[in-house]
Amino acid sequence: MKTRVLMTICCAAALVSCKREERGFRVAPPSAEKIETKSLSDLHPAGSSVAPPTKNDYRENAYAVSEGEKLFAAYNCVGCHAHGGGGMGPALMDNKWIYGSQPQQIFSTIVEGRPNGMPSFRGKIPDFQVWELVAYVRSMSGLGTSGASPNRSDEMKGPTPPSSMPKQTPQNSSLPKSAERPPP
Amino acid sequence: MPGRNYQATRYSGLDQINTGNAKDLKVAWTFSTGVNRGHEAAPLVVGDTMYVVTPFPNILYALDLKNGGAAKWKYQPEPASAAQGVACCDLVNRGCVFSNGKIIFNTLDDHTIAVDANTGKEIWKTKLGDINHGETITMAPLVVKDKVYVGNSGGELGVRGWLTCLDSNSGKTLWRAWSTGSDADCLIGPDFKPFYKKDQGKELGVSTWPPNRWQIGGGTVWGWVTYDPESNLIYYGTGNPGVWNPELRPGDNKWACSIFARDADTGAAKWAYQMNPHDEFDHDGINENLVLDLPINGQTRKVLLAAQRNGYVYMWDRTTGEVLSATPFIRITSSFGVDLKTGELHTNPEKKPMTGKTVRDVAPAAPGAKDWQPCAWSPRTNLLYIPHQNLAMDYQGTEASYIEGTPYLGVNVKMYANGNANRGEFCAWDPFQKKKVWAIQEDLPVWSGTVVTAGDITFYGTMDGWFKCVNAKTGDVLWQFKCGSGIIGQPVTYKGPDGKQYVAVLAGVGGWPGAIVAADLDPRDPTGALGFVNAMTDLPQKTTKGGMLYVFALP
Ligand code: HEC
Repeated sequence: MKTRVLMTICCAAALVSCKREERGFRVAPPSAEKIETKSLSDLHPAGSSVAPPTKNDYRENAYAVSEGEKLFAAYNCVGCHAHGGGGMGPALMDNKWIYGSQPQQIFSTIVEGRPNGMPSFRGKIPDFQVWELVAYVRSMSGLGTSGASPNRSDEMKGPTPPSSMPKQTPQNSSLPKSAERPPP
Repeated sequence: MPGRNYQATRYSGLDQINTGNAKDLKVAWTFSTGVNRGHEAAPLVVGDTMYVVTPFPNILYALDLKNGGAAKWKYQPEPASAAQGVACCDLVNRGCVFSNGKIIFNTLDDHTIAVDANTGKEIWKTKLGDINHGETITMAPLVVKDKVYVGNSGGELGVRGWLTCLDSNSGKTLWRAWSTGSDADCLIGPDFKPFYKKDQGKELGVSTWPPNRWQIGGGTVWGWVTYDPESNLIYYGTGNPGVWNPELRPGDNKWACSIFARDADTGAAKWAYQMNPHDEFDHDGINENLVLDLPINGQTRKVLLAAQRNGYVYMWDRTTGEVLSATPFIRITSSFGVDLKTGELHTNPEKKPMTGKTVRDVAPAAPGAKDWQPCAWSPRTNLLYIPHQNLAMDYQGTEASYIEGTPYLGVNVKMYANGNANRGEFCAWDPFQKKKVWAIQEDLPVWSGTVVTAGDITFYGTMDGWFKCVNAKTGDVLWQFKCGSGIIGQPVTYKGPDGKQYVAVLAGVGGWPGAIVAADLDPRDPTGALGFVNAMTDLPQKTTKGGMLYVFALP
């Protein structure tokens, strides 16, 4: 049951991606190997050591971000992180990062999971989709190229729509005093 | 037990503190739990000891009442850290119970544990569920004689609900009653006689679902279990059906959002009543069902009384499951009322959720008119004291994919005050006149429990930290004290070893409405915490987190 649903999502996503391939945005799926090279801590016993550079094919473009947004709902990230504000999982739209904001670090978070309740999606999400999720996650807090991020959220934001707006009785008359009707 | 008695009246016969002297209450002692999540538990007093169980990591403290509340011992179950990721609405725990020398409580990672009440040594520990299915346990067990009743949480993750009965001496599972699936799984047999036609029939736990969907159908049992010693029946309600978006699960979805009456020994179902067939709005039916004998139309009726999430105060005949009355206690737009002849809830077709559509002004909102926070009943005033929220919501259906161990929702939610009124209320309900006798309006949702005493006083707390004592007859606030953090715990009162009456409550904001503070959620996303964030954006300015026990007494 579980695998079938996942397969369906993956196939659907793959189909969508095929079509969009023509747009030339597609990046070759990067490898998930050897990405955990950024230090997650400011503590460096016996002096700091420089992390070896990692090859990372992650791209920040409009296609990746918008695909990532769809996947963020399809893989139920929304249920735990809402649309960035958080819930069962932490907020992702703020400037606080427990495990780092770098693309490789977010990649590891999604693939490996994290101890306090972030599930490991290893083997469940193809690498290229994980990178798309990474692009979207970063865009939530304004990281990445702003040109690639949508300028309008699809979610239910905004004030009360007029259809549900309770009647606002005007409090102060803007008429000059002299124009007010005298009490009967 | 947190309900004070099997009937869950939360009524105490103590009257040293009363309407005359409550204004003199002072802090007697305090105790910091060292935990920063929402504290929903009731402190439990047995002899000279008070037991407090914290939210995750579910530490159990034994506090010495003869020694200013100093800790005698603590027991740390060390639940799996990953459980934090699958707990829908903060990492709460609603309390522990005492039975035959043992303290029994549940952990977020699905264990029920019995600890020696004197020494704090573990006696048994039974694993009842699996966090990888999305299951957690947050409820306080009920213990009757040598049996412990425990239910699971996880209705937001497509968990299949159950109530499990354990042997309190060995921790062995005696039986499990599932909330969905075959009659055999639901312990529905020849004794099962629901009152209404809509609840009668065979294998309804399967046939009221799309094929096989009962397997992920919710109906978790995360609320309260009550007991009637006379008939030896237990009563409890089940949670929302799996996947919130109702369009994705055509059918009545039995036995989600239902009340069950079961034989306390065998678990055999006696009757059931589904409150919200095909629940549309997460209106779980898990609230406490008080077991009362009340004079109705000149006759003493054996009833269950409950203020339910869908906005009605229900009174059932507890022997048959007949609804005697169902009266709105807040402004309701999701339904028009309950037909007492058919037992049917008349839902509002205008508010019917659909994928891709946003319905506005649904009241009550997802947490209902009242959530888990328990009421109290005073036999002196014959009033039901109801702490509750008053919220409406926008509800947008989306697609949903089931991935085991992740949320199964298919909706975006945004909550706000119901009908521009206050977000919370503490009221006294007269079940005979079917109306409020008095009500205290609160700015924030009232997410604490309550207790009422023979001194005709009742207590509750606010999410910005005020602990209040109220005249149970008039609703006048007699005394209040500002605690360090918002209150969502259950106040209790007890007679100390010195013969004096005390009142205790845990402060420590959190829970579903308080997650914005307890889990540092971002107020800019209205859909945060399943939409509760939108209604609570001001809470971070009004309180800070921190678990602390407060005990009060007269000087
Ligand atoms: C079952 C709930 C759940 C689901 C589903 C889930 N997360 Fe998480 N996530 C968490 C929790 C809990 C944490 C915090 C883990 C910790 O502190 O150890 C977390 C942490 C994270 C972090 C790290 C944040 C930081 O501050 O470093 C990122 C990024 C993240 N999740 C992205 C995702 C994405 C993308 C998905 C979907 C593929 C997803 N999550 C699905 C619960 C979830």
